[in-house]
Amino acid sequence: LSTADIISTVEFNYSGDLLATGDKGGRVVIFQREQETKSRPISRGEYNVYSTFQSHEPEFDYLKSLEIEEKINKIRWLPQQNAAHFLLSTNDKTIKLWKISERDKRAEGYNLKDEDGRLREPFRVTELRVPTLKPMDLMVEASPRRTFANAHTYHINSISVNSDCATYLSADDLRINLWHLEVTNRSFNIVDIKPANMEELTEVITAAEFHPQHCNVFVYSSSKGTIRLCDMRSAALCDQHSKFFEEPEDPSSRSFFSEIISSISDVKFSHSGRYMMTRDYLSVKVWDLNMENRPVETYQVHEYLRSKLCSLYENDCIFDKFECCWNGSDSTIMTGSYNNFFRTFERNSRRDTTLEASRESSKPRAILKPRKVCTTGKRKKDEITVDSLDFNKKILHTAWHPTENIIAVAATNNLYLFQEKVN
Amino acid sequence: MFVRGLKRKCFDGEEDIEGTLAGFKAIPSYNLQRQSLLDMSLVKLQLCHMLVEPNLCRSVLIANTVRQIQEEMTQDGTWQMINTQSTGQASLDRLVSTDILCRSSRDQAEGKHVPAYGTFSKDFESDQAQDSSETMSTAPSVQAPRNLQSNVWEMENPQENKGNFQKSLDQIFETLENKSPNSVEDLFSEVDNSYYDLDTMLTGMISNTKMGHCDSLETFSSPTNTASNSNCKSDLNDLDHIVEILVES
Repeated sequence: LSTADIISTVEFNYSGDLLATGDKGGRVVIFQREQETKSRPISRGEYNVYSTFQSHEPEFDYLKSLEIEEKINKIRWLPQQNAAHFLLSTNDKTIKLWKISERDKRAEGYNLKDEDGRLREPFRVTELRVPTLKPMDLMVEASPRRTFANAHTYHINSISVNSDCATYLSADDLRINLWHLEVTNRSFNIVDIKPANMEELTEVITAAEFHPQHCNVFVYSSSKGTIRLCDMRSAALCDQHSKFFEEPEDPSSRSFFSEIISSISDVKFSHSGRYMMTRDYLSVKVWDLNMENRPVETYQVHEYLRSKLCSLYENDCIFDKFECCWNGSDSTIMTGSYNNFFRTFERNSRRDTTLEASRESSKPRAILKPRKVCTTGKRKKDEITVDSLDFNKKILHTAWHPTENIIAVAATNNLYLFQEKVN
Repeated sequence: MFVRGLKRKCFDGEEDIEGTLAGFKAIPSYNLQRQSLLDMSLVKLQLCHMLVEPNLCRSVLIANTVRQIQEEMTQDGTWQMINTQSTGQASLDRLVSTDILCRSSRDQAEGKHVPAYGTFSKDFESDQAQDSSETMSTAPSVQAPRNLQSNVWEMENPQENKGNFQKSLDQIFETLENKSPNSVEDLFSEVDNSYYDLDTMLTGMISNTKMGHCDSLETFSSPTNTASNSNCKSDLNDLDHIVEILVES
């Protein structure tokens, strides 16, 4: 297993035709959905590699004598505005805007150069001709268009494109910056929670996202399990939140690990913009933006781990950052777990499903069998006990197609794509 | 998978040592569990400084856990508070400083050095880990870990640091002295094979730490001349005895 191949982010674009993955080695691989054609109806819905490029390289910070990892932390697509596709990819320190464009024609019949590109002798040019466009094999090119650097002292954990399609935010552990996509030499700091005295630091920013419709609203989550909603119209520096979301702690379940497991690893607005979802270590919570004092729905992802928190603290698994996602209609939410399991929760019926992303259980075109973790003493057939879960196989990154029931699940260095079977 | 630290038995001074060691299956006291959690957390913070660049979120969460334990131990009265002299240092009343634990950028550097207990333990263990970690310098001096960690901690003045470190060590020794013999043994009785060798992250370092505890104590205590150190030496002799027995069994 090459660690450079470990997938670190997965993201569909707005139409769902493209799926981008970033990995620990700084590479981005984009998959494109095959178009449905009469001659190959079976391959409708298959995603094939469209483009691969090296987005970030490892760097060395000489001032601090520390390496800057090339691992891609997040990829976010821009809404498509012309034939080319644009995405933002970021590592710990630098965000880059990439343009992915197709070339399927080339010009032939130049006057000043030969077909193989060599310059022609001027005295050999005896007549003028107009170059013509001839078809060629499709070539997909990725080119870096902007580099947004030197704005983050701490590690970038989130980027989010604004609904105005002109600005985006980037968040690190202590600060959030606002950028204009056209301007690379300047960003505006909109949130700063760094204390004057670093000794007093007890809370960090863990995720941030713009509201899908209101271009002045964004949220950010913290390591203490709180979410702050900010309105950029109220002040230039949004240290004062407009809304503060926190669920009161249950005193009966308090332990030394309470704070750690309350730390929010991901926050996502629903497509409707009415709700947001947060992921902490053991659960996923859905919040109504109009109600700050508690979530409207709570789903237990792997409650059986609650009695194992000390071991999970010791092996550092308790710090794993799981992501979560909504389906296109906001009716179902999905998040990952251990042993290559991932979970989906249907909000209306409260039905939850556990599935596994592994080679053994995923033959092409086969239907996934639901899995179950045995929590009581007696293990049924096909169940798996908590102690035999593989904690090295964790599903941290998942994505749901914006309109269809196609999901992308990253299991370490493998990407799985599952589709709802249509009869 | 089982919880680390649960295989210890409460130390009862009347039983002979072999008998105590045999009783590994009993549930430990809450204090012992809490202490082992504290030790584990301090080691984690130590390790996080040796990596590429510490994950600030993880460091902050661990530091908060340490603070929580220390607060509780203070309320219990199991935590001995020592007020510092007029050296201008913060007293141990101030709990573990996240600054030292989680510094990740150079602009923190004013050479601020807060000698909280947590900092000492980390210095402590980092010096012991020198032989195992190839990234550490091999000279067993106070300043060796500074080379690696100065980026993170930004210690500007080695001389001042050495002085501070000595004073900090004095404070550790006083703490040890003030504790009852049972708790001193509890503190060092954590040096146990079963505790350390299962966590892959800790294996290389801790196996040396186990041996190194007493050696380093002796190294550090020799340059100083305060009275507290002479008391410490007698403690250390008891300690040697206990560790020998633990190892032989």
